[in-house]
This record gives sequence, structure tokens and C-alpha cells, in this order.
Amino acid sequence: MTDVLTPVLTDNWGTDRSWTLAAYEDQGGYAGLRKALAMTPAEIVDAVKASNLRGRGGAGFPTGMKWGFIPQDNPKPKYLVVNADESEPGTCKDVPLMMATPHTLVEGVIISSYAIRAGTAFIYVRGEVLHVIRRLHRAVEEAYLAGHLGKDIHGSGYDLDLIVHAGAGAYICGEETALLDSLEGRRGQPRLRPPFPAVAGLYASPTVINNVESIASVPSIIDRGAEWFADMGTEKSKGYGIFSLSGHVTNPGQFEAPLGITLRKLIELAGGMREGHELKFWTPGGSSTPILTAEHLDIPLDFEAVGEAGSMLGTRALQIFDETTCVVRAVLRWTEFYKHESCGKCTPCREGTWWLAQTLANLEQGRGAESDVDLLDDVCDNIFGRSFCALADGAVSPITSSIQYFREEYLAHLTHGGCPFDRNASTIFAKVEANA
Amino acid sequence: MSEGRIPGIDDGTGATGVSTTQVTKDTPLDPATYAELEEIAARYPQARSGLLPMLHLVQSVEGRVTSRGIEACAAILGISAAEVSGVATFYTMYKRRLVGDYHVGVCTNTLCAIMGGDQIFERLKDHLDIGNDETTEDGKVTLEHVECNAACDFAPVMTVNWEFMDNMTPESATQLVDDLRSGTEVHSTRGPRLVTWREAERVLAGFPDHLADEGPSAGPASLVGLNIARTQGWTAPPVKETRKSSRAAAVAEGSTTEGKSKGSHEAKHTQAAAEVEASGAEAKHEDNPANTGGDDK
Repeated sequence: MTDVLTPVLTDNWGTDRSWTLAAYEDQGGYAGLRKALAMTPAEIVDAVKASNLRGRGGAGFPTGMKWGFIPQDNPKPKYLVVNADESEPGTCKDVPLMMATPHTLVEGVIISSYAIRAGTAFIYVRGEVLHVIRRLHRAVEEAYLAGHLGKDIHGSGYDLDLIVHAGAGAYICGEETALLDSLEGRRGQPRLRPPFPAVAGLYASPTVINNVESIASVPSIIDRGAEWFADMGTEKSKGYGIFSLSGHVTNPGQFEAPLGITLRKLIELAGGMREGHELKFWTPGGSSTPILTAEHLDIPLDFEAVGEAGSMLGTRALQIFDETTCVVRAVLRWTEFYKHESCGKCTPCREGTWWLAQTLANLEQGRGAESDVDLLDDVCDNIFGRSFCALADGAVSPITSSIQYFREEYLAHLTHGGCPFDRNASTIFAKVEANA
Repeated sequence: MSEGRIPGIDDGTGATGVSTTQVTKDTPLDPATYAELEEIAARYPQARSGLLPMLHLVQSVEGRVTSRGIEACAAILGISAAEVSGVATFYTMYKRRLVGDYHVGVCTNTLCAIMGGDQIFERLKDHLDIGNDETTEDGKVTLEHVECNAACDFAPVMTVNWEFMDNMTPESATQLVDDLRSGTEVHSTRGPRLVTWREAERVLAGFPDHLADEGPSAGPASLVGLNIARTQGWTAPPVKETRKSSRAAAVAEGSTTEGKSKGSHEAKHTQAAAEVEASGAEAKHEDNPANTGGDDK
């Protein structure tokens, strides 16, 4: 029986100076790289396929299969791009990983690049995390000095350069084709597919784009074996993942567990809901995944079961809200976020998010009519599936799901003539304020 | 994105704009900065990939994105100033007005807002007597509400020059900006002593400041799960050589403390290495009973 928590990526986060090469190698770091260089690239792709690792950035696409799409007979250079633009509201796993153990990612980049025969790799990291960027710069510098990067890596004949690239504040750049445009020095707007990045990605060359956690999982798969990885998790959702609990639990934080753990168990590990309060709603994988309620506490958190429950596993960004939280206020704020972050390329998203925000703001202030709730649903229906990328689909998720579960609360704003909730009651310092 | 969704429409209003349609009589950028901009462009297989870090460097020197900074980027990359301006107006971190020494961000995305970010932002606007995206008269603090900064387990979260300030309250927030304005040394809760906004922008341009070794490995929330695992003796499963490997079982039994689990790491590595040598690449397929052939999904 596998343990409840299975620290692999988080295993050395508590080590003194864990971000340094010395600390990482003391704990067995770069063993996977040495094994990988003794294998052929195709054998590494096969191992990752056999592990059934699925992308950890939200979509859950099989990582090994993605690598297999790279046409090796294409004479153009191949590129690996790590998506470190972690910006999905609620998602907070890649940033602590890169802060604590950037070498886990760097080692994963080297192995993965070797597997797809890339000569240049990029870590596209959001610009708003300065210290993470410092640690990445330092880790890459150390890796070059140790011969893990550069020319003829450890006598293998394989050359790789790795560039840490800071973004400049745009949620949309977490979308892989917008990220590529941004990395090419353009406005970050999604591209039409096909062609897919595997065929024509960065500089119109074959490109693999993977999330930080996906790439960071590769060294453990190569070092300990595909079977070891696939022994964890559920039937179709293999391995471990970092689950991020935030909000109204006693001890928010990061919990690395096999896929399939339940929210009930995670809340228990987090010390329960904050004292005297109960769960009202939660997101399983960021704000773009439809919200769920207390009736979903026991669904296994894997790709399939969360999908069957009407949501998505996403990035395992579990934002927990108790009964003091106004769902309309929460959804309005997310909607304002999507409005702000819509890149403007597709009309349904560019215009639709503005109308959604206006309609929601009216409702939240107790203005409007019951028919506005239906109007919201209708606008969402006309946005969903009608844009280039998933931002628009994500924007409507919290709205449609909250109307599904909390329609009465929307209407209560109309009868109450405004929000019936006390904003101070939901804050973490609610008690402090009361005593003051 | 930035408020200006259409480049050239709302950004050409006066001397602070980045619009290239305005006629400027600026002197060119200094040669040292120009050389560094060229150095950034040269890092990439195609020079234009350097544009985002180049604009960060412009901000580090100029305190904002200036017309002459745009002109320099355009000249180096061989593209029009309008193209550079189009990029500069797309990204929220590029500023058209002078930013203070300390860019203070308050997360008001849903999770942080509900946990108190809204109250913190209101308190700071009142305390500093400025609005969103405005700077105090002394030029010290620019206040802005920011979107989710990937630190939700530390909510409510603030940033100063894109360093984390975790678990804030209205009281700690006002103390923070008072300290920044008075010149008291302030440390990030998960990072080093704070540098100025311009110095931070230089790091974003890819010129490290050698502060990577300051600050902790992780904040307390990042370690909640790991600490429970250590207390409970929970670990990832051991590597099995075969189904009936007694050695792997011994490792599993022994790996209930931190010290012992370190030992088990070594055992796993040694054992896995032997496994690879013994069985070669075929092991990667056959060892996985659940694998029906990775390509058929």
C-alpha cells in the first residue's frame, strides 16, 4: 500500500541551502542524468511513455506521447521550452519548486532535451517572481560549471544550451502557443493550430512545451524507473503530484501525493477547515476549473474522476472557501481577471468577458433582474468553445458552475439589495479585527 | 494585459507615453546600456527573442519604458518602433509612468481578496493617499493591485519589486510601506533584503545580482505536507528490482525516518543502476504491468 503522502519533488525542500548544486547532488541529484546519457534518446521517450506521466500543467496530455510527435527527420533545430509562467489563479506549486530545488527542473530539462534531441532549451518563467528567477539563473550557472550543460556533456557528445527567460506579466503566456509568440519577442497571442508546436513551434521549428512539474518529474522516472512511477496513482492517472491547498483551511500548503487522493483527506492533513467553519465551495485545479462543493469531498482527485464530477483536475490548485465567502463576489473577481487577461485576439473572449464582468458587477451590487442570471448563462454558452485558446472556456467555468450550485445566492443579492455577506468575516484576520 | 489593449490608442498622451508617434527630442540611450541591449539580443538563436528582457533593461535604466528605449530596441532588432511599442503595451510589467523605488503589489485576485487582500489594498490607498498605479510624492512607493502571484498558500500576499511578502495584514502592510519610505532595511519573507525596482528590473533582464543565496529554501506553508510525511514516516515507494525483491522490502521497512530515508535514497540509486546495467532498455517496457503500449491512448 502506497503511503498517503509521497514526497519526491518536495523531498528536499527542507534541506539547508537546497537550491545549491552541492545540496542537490548530496541527495542523489543528477543520477538520472548520468543514466539518461547511457541510454538512447528513443529509450528515454519510451520510458516516459511507459510511466504514463501526464502533463502537470493542467491539460493532462501524455508527456511521452507529446515527445513522440517531434519529427526527427525534420532538419530544423529542435527546442524544449519549459512553461514556468505559473499564473492560473490558485496555482502555486511550480514557484516553490523552482525556489527550493531549481536543479530538479534543470536536470529534467537536460534529460528531456536529450530525449527529443534539442540543442537549445528555454525556461520561460513569469517575471513577477524575482527570487525564483535568481535561483534559476544560479542553478543554470552551476550546471554549466559542473559540465551538466554546454558542449559534449559528460563526454556524451551531446550539446545543450539552457536560457532562463523572464516574462513581463501576462496570464495568456501560460497558453503554449502564446508563450511561443512571447518568447519570439511578440505580443503573447495564441496561434491557430494546426500546425502544432511539435511540427512548427518556436521559430517554426519542432518544439516541445512542458510544464515545470512535468519536466521535474522526469529525473525520478529515469532514475527509479517507469514501473516505480506507474505503481503510484490510479488506473489512468499515474504517479505523484503536488496538491496545493489554499484558503480557509487551518494549515494551507503543499502536499505531494499519488494522484487519486481525496479533498477530504487533504483537508484533514491541512488541519481541517479553519475553526468553527465549514466547506462551501472549492476549485479542483485553479479558477478555470468549474467549482465543486462539499458533496464532492470524496471524489478521487485524478483526471477521470474530477472530469466525471463536471470539473477538471487542472493544476491541483485547491482553493478552499468556507461559508463566510460570497460566491458571487468570488466569481466576479475571477471574471474581472479574465477580462483583464484576455489578449484581445478572439471576439467572443475580448467582448464577452467585458459583458460578463458588467452583468456580474450589477448583480453583485443588487441591481438588475433575475433574468440577468439567465443572460449570464446565455453569454457563457456563446463564449464557450468559440475562441482560439482555453482562456475563454476557463473564464466561463466559474460562472456556469456557480449558477449551477448557488443560483439562490445570486438571487439573494437582488432581494437583499446588495451583497448579504460581511467581507470582514472571510478574512484571515477576522478575529483580530473583531478584538481590535 | 495592460489597460491599453490597442497599441497607440491610449498610450500617446503626453510625455510619459511610450507611443512612438510622438516626436521626442530625447538624447539617445547611453552607449553602455545600448551595448547591454545588444548583448541580450545575442543570447538568443533569433535576436528578437531578446525583446522582453531588453525592455526590462530599459526600465532598469530609465525607470519606465521610454521612447528612446523603444527606439534603441527597434534599431538593434531591425524592426519598427511601432512593433516594439506594440509589445511594450501588451505586458502589465512594462510601465509608461515613472515607477517609485518600491513597486508595492497587493494581490486582489479572488483567493487573496477574500482572505483580506481587499482590506489591505483599501488600507494602503488610504494610508499612502494614492490610488491604484500611482506613486507617492516622495517617489518611494508605487502602489498597484496585482493578479495571482502563485503564492496562494501564503494568502493574503503582497509583493515588493516582485519579491514575496507573505501572510500580510492591514497592519503589517502599513508598517511595510512606512519602513520602505523611511529607508529601514526590509527583507522579503521568502527572499533577500529588498533591492530597488530598477535593480530588480536588471535581474529580469538577465543580469544576476548575486543575491540567489539569500533567503530560505521554502516558506513554512510550502513544507506543511513534507513535515507531516516526515512525522508519519511516509515516503515514495521503494524501487522494486522484481516483485519478490527482499532488498526493496528491507528498504521500505527502514525508511521511516529522515535519516534512514536518506540511506534508502542511496540504496535505490545503487539498485536502480544495477537494474539498468543488467536489463538494458527493455526493462523500461516490461517492468510496467499497466503499460499496454504507450502509443495506443
